[in-house]
Amino acid sequence: MKVKEKIMEYVFLLTAVISILAVALICVFLFANGIPAMQEIGFFDFLTGTVWRPGNQIFGILPMILGSLYVTGGALIIGVPIGILMSIFMARFCPQKIYKFLKPVVDLLAGIPSIVYGFFGLVVLVPFIRENVEDCRGQSILTAAILLGIMILPTIIGAAEPAIRAVDKSFYEGALALGATHERSVFSVIVPAANSGILAAVILGVGRALGETMAVMMIVGNQPRVPDSILQGVRTLTTNIVLEMGYATDLHREALIATGVVLFVFILIINLCFSALKHKKA
Amino acid sequence: MEEIKAKMKSYRKHPGSFLLLLLVLLAAFLTIATLLFLVGYILITGIPNLTPSLFAWNYDSENVSMMPAIVNTVEMVAVSLLVSVPFGVGAAIYLVEYAKKGNKIVGIVRLTAETLTGIPSIIYGLFGMLFFVTALKWGYSMLAGAMTLAIMVLPTIMRTTEEALLCVPDSYREGSFGLGAGKLRTVFKIVLPAAVPGILSGVILAIGRIVGETAALIYTAGTVAGLAGITDSGRTLAIHMYVLSNEGLHKNEANATAVVLLFIVLGINALSGLVAKKLEAPKA
Repeated sequence: MKVKEKIMEYVFLLTAVISILAVALICVFLFANGIPAMQEIGFFDFLTGTVWRPGNQIFGILPMILGSLYVTGGALIIGVPIGILMSIFMARFCPQKIYKFLKPVVDLLAGIPSIVYGFFGLVVLVPFIRENVEDCRGQSILTAAILLGIMILPTIIGAAEPAIRAVDKSFYEGALALGATHERSVFSVIVPAANSGILAAVILGVGRALGETMAVMMIVGNQPRVPDSILQGVRTLTTNIVLEMGYATDLHREALIATGVVLFVFILIINLCFSALKHKKA
Repeated sequence: MEEIKAKMKSYRKHPGSFLLLLLVLLAAFLTIATLLFLVGYILITGIPNLTPSLFAWNYDSENVSMMPAIVNTVEMVAVSLLVSVPFGVGAAIYLVEYAKKGNKIVGIVRLTAETLTGIPSIIYGLFGMLFFVTALKWGYSMLAGAMTLAIMVLPTIMRTTEEALLCVPDSYREGSFGLGAGKLRTVFKIVLPAAVPGILSGVILAIGRIVGETAALIYTAGTVAGLAGITDSGRTLAIHMYVLSNEGLHKNEANATAVVLLFIVLGINALSGLVAKKLEAPKA
């Protein structure tokens, strides 16, 4: 009996170690396949080169890095204010009855697959922008930013709303007692108190926007160039991989994996920021 | 009525507060309107395209039936869960029931699980392609796709199971020990059954992610249409939709597929709502 208990404890330990193993394997395989290509192309040339022409063996991913940053930045400009205000509404303004209706709404937004978002962007947003914005062919940074802004809403709300809700009641009551209105109490006392939680929510949103692939690919145009305006199409790090992996060989294929490595490093940095914030809070 | 009048009076004195209220209401309106428009648009334009022929058993270029993709999706969900549920639940059991306070492994496991949660699906796809497809020589196959997704949903199942186990009161465990049961027996006969609804909600979340996944599957499971065995390349419903809308020839069929995907998501959300209710009920 004792032996069985001991064996099972080790079995459970083994299952727990799987996630460590998975992260290690992902790191090893990505870096081992991506770093040699970076060395062959030249680390500096790869990261700062502005031309991506696989046919001529020219691999510079600066346009994709910038593309990812622009699209993510745009998504944040749209998604963060709406997401935070919506979190405030859900946590401090709406009555229980409306909350019961809103929670499933946000869950549904979170559950819709990215391919469906992408399709919606392709058939609704792209034609809309093509017809209503001058000098824009529809597939652009702007389009992707709007769609990603919608897509990161549930991510931000899901993390910010509990943070705002968790602020101690006495803060709010104290502000009210000093004569502040409900709105003023919420915005100048509760929201600052939930600061780190809200920031963590925004960081999660950045991660989501940066890593989104399929939806972006359908609406961002995918031209590998440094854009002059938000009405032009670009290519992001994520879409670069999916677009060309199907037919890439040799150095081209490795350069695409190296693109993945760059994205992975970005994401790891974001994850570190997120965990640091979370542990500071605790 | 009186109340609203008093409120309006107060807002006249504090226009800034009124502005903030308007902003908050606007954000709420925008969020709800966006969702309603999106879901409404997909349903209204898609439902008329849901013809019976789209559910035929065979896929060919004339009739791009989604039935094989639906079967493949079920297969993908089943295989992924078959791997990720035992490992996720086992890991959670170790973290909650066995690990002692200050155990170093616990910290590392939590950190790596958090890292896994943040990794975007395209990176999983790349890893799956490099590891399962190339290094293990499985080729593009349902199995390679399912293993990739199993790693992807592992942290979800782990976290929800952990929370569910933590919610089981210690008196249950003490009672079981007091009656002479061993640790293993206590875990399987007392703690796990009490935590089932929580574990189930994690599994439902995981199913939702698997069904909607595309980027992690394109270069692991591949995009071949038609019923796929476990070692064959095959496309799930989400990939089917991606291929259709990418080719540009079958927009209506893509739209119909979107409707089916949306219905699945709605169903999954309703189900998780039901489970959540079950979860709350015994506590009260």
